[in-house]
Amino acid sequence: MNSTVKSTANAPLLSVEDLRLSFGGVLAIDGLSFGVGEAEIVSVIGPNGAGKTSAFNCVTGFYRPTAGAVRLRGRDITGLRPSAVAALGVARTFQNLRLFGEMSVLDNVRAGTHLRIRQNVFDALLHTPRYRRGERESTEQAHHWLDFVGLRGDRYGPARALPYGEQRRVEIARALAREPDLLLLDEPAAGLNHGEKAETLDLIRRVRELGVAIVLIEHDMGLVMDVSQRVVVLNFGREIADGPPDEVRRDPEVVEAYLGRDADEAEIEEARASVAGGRDGGA
Amino acid sequence: MTGPGDQAPTGAGPDSDSDSDSTTGTPTTGTPSRGIPPRRTGPRGAGPRSIASRLMDNRWAGLAGLLVALLAPFVNATPYALSVMTSAAIFVMLAAGLNIVVGYCGLLDLGYVAFFAVGAYTSGVLSTRLGLPLVATLPAVLVVTVIAGLVIGAPTLRLRSDYLAIVTLGFGEIIRVTANNLDVTGGPSGIYGIPGLTGGPVSFYYVTVLIVALAVVGAARLGRSRLGRAWRFVREDEDAAEAMGVHTYKVKMAAYVAGAIWGGLAGVLFGAHLSAISPTSFTFLQSALVLMAVVLGGMGSIRGVVVGAVVISVLPELLRDLADYRYLAFGVLLIIVMLVRPQGLWPARSREAAQ
Repeated sequence: MNSTVKSTANAPLLSVEDLRLSFGGVLAIDGLSFGVGEAEIVSVIGPNGAGKTSAFNCVTGFYRPTAGAVRLRGRDITGLRPSAVAALGVARTFQNLRLFGEMSVLDNVRAGTHLRIRQNVFDALLHTPRYRRGERESTEQAHHWLDFVGLRGDRYGPARALPYGEQRRVEIARALAREPDLLLLDEPAAGLNHGEKAETLDLIRRVRELGVAIVLIEHDMGLVMDVSQRVVVLNFGREIADGPPDEVRRDPEVVEAYLGRDADEAEIEEARASVAGGRDGGA
Repeated sequence: MTGPGDQAPTGAGPDSDSDSDSTTGTPTTGTPSRGIPPRRTGPRGAGPRSIASRLMDNRWAGLAGLLVALLAPFVNATPYALSVMTSAAIFVMLAAGLNIVVGYCGLLDLGYVAFFAVGAYTSGVLSTRLGLPLVATLPAVLVVTVIAGLVIGAPTLRLRSDYLAIVTLGFGEIIRVTANNLDVTGGPSGIYGIPGLTGGPVSFYYVTVLIVALAVVGAARLGRSRLGRAWRFVREDEDAAEAMGVHTYKVKMAAYVAGAIWGGLAGVLFGAHLSAISPTSFTFLQSALVLMAVVLGGMGSIRGVVVGAVVISVLPELLRDLADYRYLAFGVLLIIVMLVRPQGLWPARSREAAQ
């Protein structure tokens, strides 16, 4: 599918090549390949335990893959530490919120500006103009991204005091403040109510309009089918489909993965209807 | 509301440094937070604020503390009182340094006294063997403590939580045992005849207070900087910090080295104060007491840590009348404080001031 790209010029933004990851004897990812172009939205779906989050962790440097390569604009980033991957323009959110709970909401988003503001120890000790400028810029940017995600809650209080849905927004704002070229969202709509999901969908679209490519892990099929240009389906660590949403939705292997081998025809039809219905509901 | 808490990292106001420039309190006045302040009203600090709470947020609190420390010798300048106050000030510096490691960065260090010892021994050995004035040993002290921080930090900071604590405990003991067995450090009898920094105990007290005040202000400013935020990101969630581009290992190392410098310089003051040092000054108990000061005052809160350090260093002296029972009473009082106020006497605010 993806031939190994050598040249940086025409290389896709992200290309994952024959990625394998095993924990001891357990194969978590077994030969995953996909690419993400600039400003493209690609969803990675699959049943629980299919290896989606593990794939994210390999891309972002949290896991070192057993074999295979992760390339960013043709550059091999396999095995770099997460902060180095982040420095190259990749930001992520976590499946179960990982905010800095005791710190203010603004501080959380300031984390995204960490690599951009220039300041050394002496600036900090002497409060030089450069220190003040850096702090001011960091704060302005934090406010900007909180506005962008539409945070309604208190920005000055600790992040843990916000309602769950608001915390999700803060996490996205924090990732956006990194000003990434590639954003990996791990179940951004999990635990959100219907209205919040619609807002998340809108937010994802607006992020893409900024020119940011998005890789999305999500269980809400309506959202996935609605927003993605391409869908990659994983099952037991294996990639079973990669294509546009309409195509993937009809793929018999995908339906089987979601429903099991012994489902009779009626059930499969029912499932098809509901998957399609999810799309219609969102459209 | 009244002013940025010491955790407010914006540093926007022109006077924003004064808010957390806490300094040494003094033994004679006891502590600013005697009497049990009311519990916090809620996680968001909403609702009516008590007078105590507003006083705690006051940006002049630090300056007031410094003023008290500067005026204390006018109240009581007996050699004993001066000695207790000087020790308290040095202890404040130690606590401010450990607060960087434990309070800001969340690295439980049970062997912090190692850096105190390295600083005290480096200046002690150089000044007595080479006849150098104490000030001339400072560059060497800085170099040696930074190296000690890097050497001890490099292997230990790869560990997390409990493992880190145990390994730091080990390093604390290694330094002490080494000092006990080397000839150059005078073995068990240590080093004596360390020159003072100044002429007399009063001037030394003032020099100490000023140095410690600068150290406390410096620690607070670091805490509110980009690096200080990175320390707290690491404390709150190391993985999330990495995902945001924070090189957590380097950041932890910076905290450790900063802690080492603060501890080492406190060690120089300690040697100058007592003019003699020996391995018995650098036991695990000392590490535990500094840690207790940080926890008692409020981890990550520079003002709290200053108060905690003054309490821990002065309370045993105030309890001297109880003779044999004084450490029992000391322990009971600490337990009561931690039960009534687990967040510390003067906890860090997680709320920052709107601009």
